Amino acid sequence: MRYLVAVILALLALPLAAQDWEDRQVFGAGDAAVTLRIVSSTDTDLFAPLIEGFVSANPDIAIEYLVTNTSDIDKRFRATPEAFDVAISSAMDLQLKLTNDGYAATLEGVTHPAWAQWRQSLFAFTSEPAAIVVNRAAFEGLAIPRTRQELIEILRAHPDRFRGRVGTYDVRQSGLGYLFATQDARASETFWRLMEIMGGLDVALYCCSGDMIDDLIAGRIAVAYNVLGSYAEARVAGDGPLDIILPSDFRTTMMRTALVSGDSPRPEAAERFVRALIAYTPEGAAAGGGRSLPPLAVEDPGADRATIPLGPALMTFLDALKRDKFLEEWENAVVQD
Amino acid sequence: MQDNPKVSGSLRKRLVLTLIGGAALLAFLLFLAVRNFAVQVAQQGQDNILFASASSMLDAASLRDGVVEVDLPYSAFAMLTTPADDRVFYAIYEDGTFLSGYDDLPFFGSLDDDRPRYRTAQMRGATVRQISAHRTLIGANRRINLQIVLAQTQDALSETLDRIFRTAALLGVSFFALAAAMSLWVTSSTMGQLNRLTTSVTRRGPQDLSPFRNPVPQEMAPLVKSLNSLMGRLDHSLSQSEDFIAEAAHRVRTPLATVRSYAEATLQRVDKEENREAMRSMIKAIDESSRTAGQLLDHAMITFRADQMERREFDLVELLRELVLQLAPIAEMKDLALNLHGAPSVPYAGDPILIQNAVRNLIDNAMKYGPAESAVDITVTAGPPVRITVCDEGPGFPADEIDRLTTRFARGQNAEGKVGSGLGLTIAQDVAGAHGGSIELSNREEGGACVTLLL
Repeated sequence: MRYLVAVILALLALPLAAQDWEDRQVFGAGDAAVTLRIVSSTDTDLFAPLIEGFVSANPDIAIEYLVTNTSDIDKRFRATPEAFDVAISSAMDLQLKLTNDGYAATLEGVTHPAWAQWRQSLFAFTSEPAAIVVNRAAFEGLAIPRTRQELIEILRAHPDRFRGRVGTYDVRQSGLGYLFATQDARASETFWRLMEIMGGLDVALYCCSGDMIDDLIAGRIAVAYNVLGSYAEARVAGDGPLDIILPSDFRTTMMRTALVSGDSPRPEAAERFVRALIAYTPEGAAAGGGRSLPPLAVEDPGADRATIPLGPALMTFLDALKRDKFLEEWENAVVQD
Repeated sequence: MQDNPKVSGSLRKRLVLTLIGGAALLAFLLFLAVRNFAVQVAQQGQDNILFASASSMLDAASLRDGVVEVDLPYSAFAMLTTPADDRVFYAIYEDGTFLSGYDDLPFFGSLDDDRPRYRTAQMRGATVRQISAHRTLIGANRRINLQIVLAQTQDALSETLDRIFRTAALLGVSFFALAAAMSLWVTSSTMGQLNRLTTSVTRRGPQDLSPFRNPVPQEMAPLVKSLNSLMGRLDHSLSQSEDFIAEAAHRVRTPLATVRSYAEATLQRVDKEENREAMRSMIKAIDESSRTAGQLLDHAMITFRADQMERREFDLVELLRELVLQLAPIAEMKDLALNLHGAPSVPYAGDPILIQNAVRNLIDNAMKYGPAESAVDITVTAGPPVRITVCDEGPGFPADEIDRLTTRFARGQNAEGKVGSGLGLTIAQDVAGAHGGSIELSNREEGGACVTLLL
């Protein structure tokens, strides 16, 4: 009975909600006993191999995969935590705060390294560094920059060539962009100088990695800062027009995280799905072909500090006062009218 | 004699229970003390970190153009990282107005002083430790009180405390086990002293009344002292009895001998046959009394001598030869021959007086049952065991009574008409027993009884 009601509610909700999502797809058999509602910030085509692997191993579970940006995930999830079973996001800070605020269910007996999980509730399953992605053609005759400092120097030396052709996240819209920006700002002053240079070059601001990469491939911009390398690699397998540079001065690596909603109406299936995510290995990534997510780094990244640690400190920049202050500084640097 | 003493309680049980009970109580108190101390220390630790975090947040606050800015340091939350991934909540208030953080976390401190306030409370379904701290910011033309409430769950704390509790419990249990083992050991070693004394009392010969000389613990000294004194008194009264018996023997025998000699003298003077018969009966009765008294006293003497027997080396043949010489006149009176056979010398360690007494009683018996003009044969053979056999040519023992005859005052069925108390064999047996031997009764094929003293 409850199942029937859930199906009816889901069917009623679908047409209404459909246009609100960036993307919405259903995986698995139509007669599956359970349909999980997964809200995610990951593009469907990148995530599809993982989900397909899961539904073929668990034919009793179908998956409704909903895509929106990280801030929106946070907003919707807080509003109706019972409407979703699993939340997957690249914005570690927002995910951590969701968990801290008690929205995530605790999964018992999951063995996952301490640095890759928080409270047995929030689990990281990919390691994805932020990259500088350049269109090789636009850098013709120039050395490809390997560090932020080199990028600054090149941009400074050739303002005409790059004016209006640099791009980065609009940290006001993108949760992931905000996370990368705040972590960069913590790591080095170079970030602010780069932002000022980019601001001076009429930087193009994007909501999402996908759009940025589209424009890069199309040649509308020459260089994008803090793009997810994984997205870029997925888009241009092999010899594309793009160079993906992991800056050698310091790196910022994000871990994509998943949590089971504490109010999930299908906690068992949701837990099975998250456990499958945790089991995501390099072999699994290879099986998915070129277009898949990089799995979690095997070793503890604590030593090189590249990976943003999962911890309460992530909440610092989510503080309203702190955020206002940061955005103010960022706007001062980037949005130079 | 085997009267069991009245038992009330057990020293061992009382000791063990007291010691083990005490150990259990101490172990429990130890556990409680460690536990309370651990809770205090752990809570203090968490409070210190909360205070450091809250302080760094307050320090990051400033007034710029009359507007509060709180540039939360990354470390403020980073330092709240715990192995158990404790949840963190905070709230920032400006003069009581909510600025940022969690608005369900009210300020509970006091604005009267600068001391931070701590409390443990429930928040969002978890137990949290909270700190309230505040700071006054002074700007050009306004003063603002900035208040911070910081809360952290206590998962790591509970894990640490659980670990400490387990360790403390293990410590308590080990302490208890050790103390219990030690109390058992102490009890058994204390009781061992008593047991040793008991054993040494039990092991003593029934007549060993010498004082205890082995060292005993101080606490048992009074007991041993009174025991020794009791035995001293007993010893004294026993030797008095012995003296009394010797005295009694003397006093009974002498008048009896006098009465007998008067009776014999009278017999010589009496002519009338019926009077003579009466006198003979009287003499016989006197003889019987005299003999019985002698045997009774012999037996009593033997009992006491056997109790405190002193063994010494002597020659049995020598002893028996003397005895035969002594008894020869009596034998002659009855027309009996006493023949001593056997080895020329048989050395033996024992009490010669007892052995002489025993053999005399045996010869006495043999002379009594042996017919006139027969012989009593005394044979000594060297041992071990040394055998002294006394044989007569009388009717022999009734075959069906041979086993019963050595009990006190028992006489053979064929002994009617003979003077005797039945003590003779008993005396012989007691003496043999005192020397660790026994007696054997048998009948000779050619007629006559044999008694063998095995020493």
